[in-house]
Amino acid sequence: MPARAITEGLFEIHDDGTIALIGGYSPSSARFHFPLLDTCPYTGAADVERVMLSADATLWAWTAVTAAPPGYAGPVPFGFGVVELVHEQLRVITRLTEPDPSRLEFGQPMRLVAETLPLENGETVTTWAFESASS
Amino acid sequence: MNTAQVKIAGVGIHPFGRFDGLTNTTMGVHAVRAALAEAGEPRFDAAFCGTAYGGVASGHKVLGALARTGMPIVDVEAGCASGGAALQLAAGAIRAGQYDCVLVFGVEKMPKGIIRSSFFEPWREEAGLAATPAYFALRAQRLLREAGLTKEHLAEVVVKNRRHGVHNPNAMFRKEVTADAVLASRLVCDPLHLWMLCSPNEGAAAIVLRRATDADRAAVTLASARLRSHLPGSVLGEATPLSGIDDSDITPPSALAAHDAYEEAGIGPADVDVVECQDTDAARELLAYQELGLCEPGEQAKLLASGATTLGGTLPVNPSGGLLSKGEPLGASALGQVIELVHQLRGEAGPRQVEGARVGLAHTVGRGANACCVVVTK
Repeated sequence: MPARAITEGLFEIHDDGTIALIGGYSPSSARFHFPLLDTCPYTGAADVERVMLSADATLWAWTAVTAAPPGYAGPVPFGFGVVELVHEQLRVITRLTEPDPSRLEFGQPMRLVAETLPLENGETVTTWAFESASS
Repeated sequence: MNTAQVKIAGVGIHPFGRFDGLTNTTMGVHAVRAALAEAGEPRFDAAFCGTAYGGVASGHKVLGALARTGMPIVDVEAGCASGGAALQLAAGAIRAGQYDCVLVFGVEKMPKGIIRSSFFEPWREEAGLAATPAYFALRAQRLLREAGLTKEHLAEVVVKNRRHGVHNPNAMFRKEVTADAVLASRLVCDPLHLWMLCSPNEGAAAIVLRRATDADRAAVTLASARLRSHLPGSVLGEATPLSGIDDSDITPPSALAAHDAYEEAGIGPADVDVVECQDTDAARELLAYQELGLCEPGEQAKLLASGATTLGGTLPVNPSGGLLSKGEPLGASALGQVIELVHQLRGEAGPRQVEGARVGLAHTVGRGANACCVVVTK
């Protein structure tokens, strides 16, 4: 059984271990957002629908975090970046499974994966990350 | 638009650095005393205190220690722009006729290392998505790509500001560095190395503002102080959301604040003689060049190579040494910039002096997002 989600409401964990990000879509603004909010962050409209976001993306910006930031108990270095979801045209801040920046390229295809992380209290949780889809 | 001219009657600063054993109150008292003395020990009608980490009633503690209470004392939190926000509130109140004289000050003792902020939910820290320098790095990577810049340009900014900072007795770092040494310093988040990032630290600064009278004619004028927040959409903006949309047509908060400050002062970027800008990291200064209208987008390399932004150039940027030399005590840093400009306009900056400076621009931007631009003239 997959480890519990790092927090509720960000993504669904399926029995096979795969995950899908939960976003919002406002028909009146025709825009997606993540994480899901009660109102559209671009217009304030209240007509937000809960949607599952696509798992396919392209890489827009990336780096690696070389020292553990406060409150973080996972491995370092770890990849960190922005991917653009292909269908939604939404740029998402995300962990990247690739910790070596020199192995990544602008615009390369990426896909969503589940990742497990230790917490400071020793517990293990599931979070989301993007990995290179060409690997 | 301005119903009254606002003059800077006095300034005072406590050095920026690390001072174990000194409290915000002690540092604040030092800065406020100096500013009040310079202004001729005036009675002030209100006080605004910028601080982000100072805690409840930081301003009251400082003025309580000086037995100068009774007037309204308001703490102002606007992230890195806290001091600038306090300045805008004070100037606005004077212009509106509410007050004749207002004390503005800022105090801060920043936690060491990567800033831990209640801004981020605990899970975001646990996921590693609250690493502030990593956001700076992503923004730097995009800027390098879009403006045709390299890591060497980032190192040049550090070399420039650290060279300026040698002459600033209130700066934390007062040694010159070489580009090679900057590039050899520890890689924090590619493309940013340790020395390309400013250090959160401690300090205090104070400014006395007064409605202009005949006696104040020679004093430096606070021509404008304007705060703006972010517009929705930008994933790498200082609002640090978890997602965003294509932001190519969304004006960033620094450009909004600059526009307002220029308009209120009745000037444009070409009129500015000296700039103090937010160099949280070396790339942030280069981004500010275009946001403040100092160059066209993508022209940063040319501006830097021309030497214009170095002391002795046509438009020196961060003659104080910038945050890269001074460090950044959030509540005080914006006021520290304005104090540097006041010294420049008065001709008191010694080896850092920008000859003939008559118009200065200060810029801060950070979490919120909050961006503030201040124009001072003489």
